[in-house]
Amino acid sequence: MKERSESITAKLPAVIALALILFLWWLICATGMVPSYMLPSPADVVRAFIVDFPNLMYHAKTSLQEAAYGLLIGIGLAFVIATVMDRFRWLDQALSPILVITQTIPTIAIAPLLVLWMGFGMAPKITLVVITTFFPIAVGLLEGYRSVDADEISLMRAMGAGRYQIFRYVKFPSALPHFFSGLKISASYAVVGAVISEWLGGFEGLGVYMTRVKKAYAFDRMFAVIILIVIISLLLMALVDLIRTVSMPWTGVKAAKNNGGK
Amino acid sequence: MEALSTQHITRSFSGRVIIQDISIRLKEQELVSLLGVSGSGKTTLFNVISGILPPDSGKVFLHGEDVTGRPGQISYMLQKDLLLEHMKVIDNVSLPLRLKGVSKKEARLQADPLFEEFGLEGTQQLYPAALSGGMRQRAALLRTYLGSRGVALLDEPFSALDTITKGQIHTWYLDIMEKIHLSTIFITHDIDEAILLSDRVYIMTGSPGQIKDEIVIDRPRNERQGFNLTPEFLSCKKNVLQVLGNR
Repeated sequence: MKERSESITAKLPAVIALALILFLWWLICATGMVPSYMLPSPADVVRAFIVDFPNLMYHAKTSLQEAAYGLLIGIGLAFVIATVMDRFRWLDQALSPILVITQTIPTIAIAPLLVLWMGFGMAPKITLVVITTFFPIAVGLLEGYRSVDADEISLMRAMGAGRYQIFRYVKFPSALPHFFSGLKISASYAVVGAVISEWLGGFEGLGVYMTRVKKAYAFDRMFAVIILIVIISLLLMALVDLIRTVSMPWTGVKAAKNNGGK
Repeated sequence: MEALSTQHITRSFSGRVIIQDISIRLKEQELVSLLGVSGSGKTTLFNVISGILPPDSGKVFLHGEDVTGRPGQISYMLQKDLLLEHMKVIDNVSLPLRLKGVSKKEARLQADPLFEEFGLEGTQQLYPAALSGGMRQRAALLRTYLGSRGVALLDEPFSALDTITKGQIHTWYLDIMEKIHLSTIFITHDIDEAILLSDRVYIMTGSPGQIKDEIVIDRPRNERQGFNLTPEFLSCKKNVLQVLGNR
């Protein structure tokens, strides 16, 4: 019980800050400081969200598909690359700088190229999502593999473990927390990545819809799309947290011990 | 037949000899200490005995069988318990069996009856994080036992414990060794601990690490309670200090 009230108190400042911002926004619109065709009021946005809901869902479905496929491929790619980099030192030395460089290329700059190369379908979008999501996961996994105590590996070898067994029993489980930290970041990148690539061409998706309503100067609907993207990203991150808790049942143990005395 | 013996083990790293011509013997159910200052190559010797480090020359025999450079025969235990946090205690301790190809179910069945003996009854399904420090050490010892063919290597396993807990775990260890017919090589830099627990003490000196002397402790192992307060103990200690001083 005490824990619960503590966690509510901890969240209180964030809730108040958010409420204040909404209030300020409403105030600016209500007093007419900014004309409503430039900045719709919160109420307008909520109305647009409700009226436009079927449309939003239709386009969200496409974006989510792109984000999901891209993220899954990104996870697979990150896993393969991080694992072989950990296994072969020369490969790590060869690839590390290249990986960092790929992350300095602005997404916006390569998105049009991808569209040129791959057309207006899903392929360039998924590719962009893969490029943006695989890096945090790969870095997380690599860091996790390397966080393993060298004495632990020596002991495993003394007990007769081979390379695969050391990976399966020690390295991979030790990398899981780092993997999930990376995945959480990547999950939010995935949706944003999909939307950005849709801006530059396509037939459906939240990014396509955004450019459409922008051209129509329907700013209230544009805000509704933005809010939907935020909600989707938050939900995805929560999903990652849920999967993390379920797949790592041992992490909650310590807390339980501290609360239960002794 | 000896439980374990090494014959003329030498090992060097990048031209520097770390341990030289080390020959030790461990009889069945004996507890033998390797006492030496840091840097005398104790850990290198350990790695050679456990098979993860091949010696430049020399051989390791386990129950008469040549096991030089063959891991998976003799397991060891450090001060860090090195339990895997993501596995339940029963899977942690039975891991050596699974590494040898035993199924999870079978490995659990083999490990389970030993929990009571090791004072771990009821912790089988817990994760290591839920255990106290002393219990974790006992679980690590159980894992060592299941990973070894009757011989355990202990590398300063109790050095992080306070004096009182240490005393308790010493008594417990001597007791359980008897029960499960375990022979032990015990690495320590603590002179008192070495004399208190061992049947014999090998004294190692460094650069390169060599066996300088071997001291036999005559007092039977089951009469060691309060042994460290006797003149006999002090004379042993004086012996050891002399050997360590006369390099």
